Amino acid sequence: MKASLGFRAGLLSLLIFAAIAGLWQLATQPTAVSGPAMDPEYAKLVGAAAATGQKSAMPTPAEIGATMWKQLQDPFYIRGSNDKGIGIQLAYSLGRVLLGFGLAALVAVPLGFLIGMSPLVYRALDPFIQVLKPVSPLAWMPLALYTIKDSAISSIFVIFICSVWPMLINTAFGVAGVRREWLNVARTLEVGPLRTAFRVILPAAAPTIMTGMRISIGIAWLVIVAAEMLVGGTGIGYFVWNEWNNLSIANIVTAILLIGLVGLLLDQALASLTKLVTYPE
Amino acid sequence: MSERPLISVEGLARRFGEGQPAVFEDLWFGVERGEFVCLIGHSGCGKTTILNVLAGLDQPSDGAVIVDNREIDGPSLDRAVIFQGHALLPWLTVMGNIAFAVSSRWPSWDKARVQEHAKKFIELVGLKGAEAKRPAQLSGGMKQRVGIARALSIQPKMLLMDEPFSALDALTRGMLQDEVLRICADTNQTVFMITHDVDEAILLADKIVLMTNGPGARIAEIVVNTMPRNERHRNDLHRHPQYYAIRNHLVEFLVNRSKAFDKEIAEHGHDPRRPRLVKPGLAAVNPPAEVVPLTTGRRQ
Repeated sequence: MKASLGFRAGLLSLLIFAAIAGLWQLATQPTAVSGPAMDPEYAKLVGAAAATGQKSAMPTPAEIGATMWKQLQDPFYIRGSNDKGIGIQLAYSLGRVLLGFGLAALVAVPLGFLIGMSPLVYRALDPFIQVLKPVSPLAWMPLALYTIKDSAISSIFVIFICSVWPMLINTAFGVAGVRREWLNVARTLEVGPLRTAFRVILPAAAPTIMTGMRISIGIAWLVIVAAEMLVGGTGIGYFVWNEWNNLSIANIVTAILLIGLVGLLLDQALASLTKLVTYPE
Repeated sequence: MSERPLISVEGLARRFGEGQPAVFEDLWFGVERGEFVCLIGHSGCGKTTILNVLAGLDQPSDGAVIVDNREIDGPSLDRAVIFQGHALLPWLTVMGNIAFAVSSRWPSWDKARVQEHAKKFIELVGLKGAEAKRPAQLSGGMKQRVGIARALSIQPKMLLMDEPFSALDALTRGMLQDEVLRICADTNQTVFMITHDVDEAILLADKIVLMTNGPGARIAEIVVNTMPRNERHRNDLHRHPQYYAIRNHLVEFLVNRSKAFDKEIAEHGHDPRRPRLVKPGLAAVNPPAEVVPLTTGRRQ
């Protein structure tokens, strides 16, 4: 009997995972057991890897699994400003992303509406959008730090700047692309401009706008890690940088996997929202 | 100005771009209250543009449309449009689409009243039970029914229809034509409809306006459908004594005369303000006077 495609795909995924983990395990296997036992005091000081001399700083998959388990068992602890649980750090990042993204939506959707409705505004703003859109959001960081003088708000500003463009462009595109006949229906029914905007244009453009939001939140989640590495203090990006300074690769790999997981959840959330406003034609 | 028809088209012309030849020009015709008028012509003669001007969605380059003794200057709830491509809002249900129109007409009505009113028109077009469906779940014929219900639900003074049945299969088209005929008769609706289907025009219209080919299209003549409304039935239309005379007249026009109308004007003259009214149907039942000498005698 043939198993379902989903089952076979899952099996293949597991095999691939096992192969990668196996290769990794082989590559990071400690070559030989260390010679004379070291003074435990010294070993503690330089770190076990340095002390034994043979083992690289690269952890084995098993060690990463152990670290991850430890991190996930107590994700929300706070032991001083440089030692917070990974859950707390993720929450900080998520909060910044949602705040910056929300502010960007508040600006981008109405502005995109205006651009989409008015060819004049479209042409007037086009050069600004074209020049500013390709700028890496991190390039705004010094400017933000100088003017805002607050690193936490600056990182939110960077998120704002990077999420504004896809939403702005998609909203304008969606609004400009509303079918002429739907607008004509509104006109023949003498529907006022505000009601037309909310009852016809917005629902018609909603799927395109939501797609822009989905792109935006993806980019925002990419950028927050880099932004937090720069500004420091809190957040998953800072955590990664901190663990790099601690040379705790296991923690970094844990963070990478969690960043991926949260990014996936954000994307899925926006995808299901998009589905909600999508209409079949 | 007392005896203007409900819709009076006066000297209408439309050019797309300065210095371009007009798509149509110098159009004069009227639609009386309660009348069903069809406009027939080949594609490219600006039929849809005329309808858009009547709807207020497009502005004429010259001339005006007078409705109820007032020149129209934009769309109005008095003139409901049934669009060629049904133009339903796909994110709304059948009920939502019609309720949107109803609440546009009567903004002060509460939801229950709007729905109740919408329901009446959903039933009128035979869509009872499909209220909660979205347009994507409906067949082409059902979609067009929703479009008709939407147009009727605002109880307009007139209906403007742009080839409403052209995208439907023959069977559905026939059924909908019958229904439109019935509804228009029941409500004594004034209708202006664009079509390129000769049989549809004969079945539905009281007058058929014939347009020549564009560019520079004009009204050649207006055919009066002398078959009374109660004698027009889709199933035995072809048995009616006047049917073939009217049909042949229309087909002859579309095939030959529509493209060589300038020659006709040169020979017979043409007053664009008063297009000739012709009654080819009567010629079939009452032979022309000159071949029946007896009647000539009686008249004197």
